[in-house]
Amino acid sequence: MDAVNFNESASLELNADKVIAEEKKVRKFRLFDGIFKKSLGSISILFVVFIIAIFLTLLIQSLPSIQALGFDYFTHTKWDPVTLEFGSLPFLVGTLVTSFLALVITIPFSLSVSLLLGEYYPKGFFSNLLRNCIELLGGIPSIIYGFWGLFFLVPIMRSFETSIGVPPLGIGVFTTSFLLFIMVIPYSASIGRDVISLVPADLKQAALALGCTKYEVIKLVVVPYARSGIFAGILLALGRALGETMAVTMVIGNKNAIPDSLFGPANTMASVIANEFTEAASQVYLSSLVEMGLLLFVVTTIISFIGKQVINRFSNT
Amino acid sequence: MLFRKIKDKLFGSIIILLALISGVPLVLILFFLTKEGISNLSFDFLINLPKPIGETGGGISNAIIGTFILIIISSVIAIPIGIMLAVFLSEFRKHKFAYYVRMGVDILQGTPSIVVGMIAYLWVVKQMGNFSALSGGVALAIMMLPVIITSTEETLKLVPNSFKESAYALGVPYYATILRVILPAALTGMVTGVMLSIARVAGETAPLLFTAFGSPFMNLDITKPISSVPQIIFTYSTSPYVELHALAWTASFLLIVFILIMNISAKLLAKRWKLNL
Repeated sequence: MDAVNFNESASLELNADKVIAEEKKVRKFRLFDGIFKKSLGSISILFVVFIIAIFLTLLIQSLPSIQALGFDYFTHTKWDPVTLEFGSLPFLVGTLVTSFLALVITIPFSLSVSLLLGEYYPKGFFSNLLRNCIELLGGIPSIIYGFWGLFFLVPIMRSFETSIGVPPLGIGVFTTSFLLFIMVIPYSASIGRDVISLVPADLKQAALALGCTKYEVIKLVVVPYARSGIFAGILLALGRALGETMAVTMVIGNKNAIPDSLFGPANTMASVIANEFTEAASQVYLSSLVEMGLLLFVVTTIISFIGKQVINRFSNT
Repeated sequence: MLFRKIKDKLFGSIIILLALISGVPLVLILFFLTKEGISNLSFDFLINLPKPIGETGGGISNAIIGTFILIIISSVIAIPIGIMLAVFLSEFRKHKFAYYVRMGVDILQGTPSIVVGMIAYLWVVKQMGNFSALSGGVALAIMMLPVIITSTEETLKLVPNSFKESAYALGVPYYATILRVILPAALTGMVTGVMLSIARVAGETAPLLFTAFGSPFMNLDITKPISSVPQIIFTYSTSPYVELHALAWTASFLLIVFILIMNISAKLLAKRWKLNL
């Protein structure tokens, strides 16, 4: 069409206008493209800066406590805001004990779910139902777990504790672990299922052809092959359990001391922050709570980093 | 031979049994919430303000409005940022910053909600001088970001490359290709992601404890403390009064119904469009 116009001298001027307009349009597009790409680039930089800023804020705000308390912070067993004694050992112990206990109970269950959905019945109504149940379990808010735990689990625990002859408090370390175990099933199970379904079919078929039973295939092929991925799932579940706040706060009993028994009350890092952060009057008090937040942040970051690396390596090979 | 077969069958049954037990808590929780919560559910509960202890009745209208305000604030902050970051990640996959952004998303995903609340407190509440709905919205926005980013990125990856090539061939500039061709094609996936992220933050309590803080009054001012459904469940359920427990059950029932509807409809939407989120 341009070629036709070009031959007609009458429309030549009009055509020049058109070219200029076109040129302007292209220039405008280039400008917009530039702005668009720049803003995408800068928002990505801002996001990374934002993550670093989270770390720096926590670090700077916990400096007063780091300076005042030093390493004693981790070894001192007394937490008393009145006398300005801040030893976080009880909370470290409380967090580690509840989380690891929860993981130990979770492993057989989440492994069963992953094997059932990844290996035994990958498709079908029954496995769909179970998968959706587990996924919805992951969507239930922590506060509802806590509330349900307080009014359903605690009475059951109380009668259980009476029957084995320990003080029937109902709340405490074991109840918390039990609640956490239910809460973290979805995380480790969904990753476990993903990695188990990635196990190459020819390996399994080879084992079956050699006369292995399903159990032997799982024991000798599936689990060894998916080991690192299953481990990553459990690691990510640990990250969840360590930082879990509301449900834990409601059923652990909130006692600022190292738990004297498996059924005794205790406190975790997250729950002590939830309980005391708004009442922290002095600077060292607030700062020692922030230091606990910093510790949680660093630990969960390391855990999710390692977990992600393992999963990425697994799904790339 | 027989022994191996028995072992195999035994193992299979144990797997099925343990897997079934893992699904039981969901049934128990839903049953318990429905049983305790539904009896109190009435129109008054939805439109009335909380009453002082001792008086019967009373509702949680301020908390319901509060939760919606918090969700709106966090969506306004998180959705544009999340979508832009997702576009960046899917467009510049090999960019040196893409690796760090992905790492940041993973870190944020794993960060405990209480730490997110602490950050919002240190950044917003301390600067403003008081607890506010705005700071709660910021905290929830931080929690929403990773969900929106990952789901949008996954969807953008599914948009066929030919869409982009066709747009280029027609002379459409880059920004318009993304905004008018790629993003509309991925709209369903983005909606799913937003719904999942809302379902995630609607029940969050820990980040609100020292940001939105809670308030017994109806409040529409985002610079003032605001009440929310999960927080009211926390305060009521840990109080010693049976009447408040009943209110907390009903509030929990409402919350879980809202979250389940969001989750299930997001799943159905994703399934219909064959997304894998």
